[in-house]
Amino acid sequence: MSSINELLELAKSGDRRSLSRLITEISESDEIPQFPPKSIWTLGVTGPPGVGKSTLIGKMMKYWVSSGESVAVLALDPSSPISGGSFLADRVRMDGDYLGKKTFIRSIPSGNIPGGISPRIRPICQALSACGWTRIVIETVGTGQSEFRIASLVDRLLLVDGPDRGDIIQAEKAGILELADVIAVNKSDLPGASSSAQNIRISLGLTGNDNREVILVSAIKDEGVEGLISAIEACQSKTNTMELAMRERLLSEWDSILVLNPEIDEIIAKLCDGSITMGKAIQILGKSIDNRGV
Amino acid sequence: MRIVIAKPGLDGHDRGAKIIARALRDAGHDVIYTGLRKTPSEIVGIVNDEDAEILGISTLSGAHDSLIPKICDELRGSSLGNVVVFAGGIIPERDLKLLHKSGVRAVFGPGTPTSEVLDFLDEVTIRKQNENPTGVGDDLGWNWT
Repeated sequence: MSSINELLELAKSGDRRSLSRLITEISESDEIPQFPPKSIWTLGVTGPPGVGKSTLIGKMMKYWVSSGESVAVLALDPSSPISGGSFLADRVRMDGDYLGKKTFIRSIPSGNIPGGISPRIRPICQALSACGWTRIVIETVGTGQSEFRIASLVDRLLLVDGPDRGDIIQAEKAGILELADVIAVNKSDLPGASSSAQNIRISLGLTGNDNREVILVSAIKDEGVEGLISAIEACQSKTNTMELAMRERLLSEWDSILVLNPEIDEIIAKLCDGSITMGKAIQILGKSIDNRGV
Repeated sequence: MRIVIAKPGLDGHDRGAKIIARALRDAGHDVIYTGLRKTPSEIVGIVNDEDAEILGISTLSGAHDSLIPKICDELRGSSLGNVVVFAGGIIPERDLKLLHKSGVRAVFGPGTPTSEVLDFLDEVTIRKQNENPTGVGDDLGWNWT
């Protein structure tokens, strides 16, 4: 912990090497570090794979930097369920002459944590904020409909979708769409984008009092990005999702305790060869967590 | 390990870099790819921000003799001397000495089995544990290839 505090002090003074090492230390520490509460600005960006989340974030960074903000991005990409390794390439899409002292991009493997969002993300955001980063963006791995852990960790959530993402019934299913503060349909330069956006608008309209915006953008052509940023800046930090946030945070900490349990591989092997039942496995894990006093 | 795979300079071919990246991923490493046409300073910035332990540089343009020493110099100048650097691509044998002198610890040419890169990283791990000079800022003398 002392090295985390030392690195934090150095990072606060503007030392980028220390900032980078600080993030590693927080990611790897046994205990989840706590930072004093401070107002921080975080945005989660989520959506299906390939809709252009990274490219869009790259363009948003450009606008923020030109208006004087310091932008830090935590870009999550999936870890291999087989080897545990990862190929982290979101930053390839965030490219341009706006990159420099006012931008920071860190690629983070999702690890084998269910939901793909480690409980370490929150303290990393707090540390970034303490070091003067005024816009902190977390890009999730490409998601489906039911991954909403990100919503518990950020103050505002942008859902990015693309053209031709299915008919209107898709937009009416329960899930992440309900939690997004702003919805963007990217690739507006391609056919099908405006009907995608219209489908989502109709779906939101069914509730009557839902005035969330659905914004058409083309990240690659840099169209509509300014409007999207205004909408994001205008949305208030969430207050009514406290219970959801706590629930998801508790589950995510619980998941990571489970996944990091030293006995888990052995238990999985035993389940595979049929020497223990699922019920027994849960019993063993529960006991081992008790014994470790977590 | 966190490993950055970089493509410096004006070189638009990254199949080799991607093959290495895949092999490293499949061996359980976290691989960060820079994308094409990065300047030495951009690459050093990425190694710093990503807090990588290893940097693999792939170049096929023939500019390895000026770009790679520049990257190594900048790493040392940015308190990143503990980063281990290896290179790959089209690099004639006559240039190996120059690269070794810059602090590059291994150069992998065409036809290298990917398992050899993994063997190199195993050796790097052992050397680091024994505190033998391995990083780009450490004493010269040890090279894999």
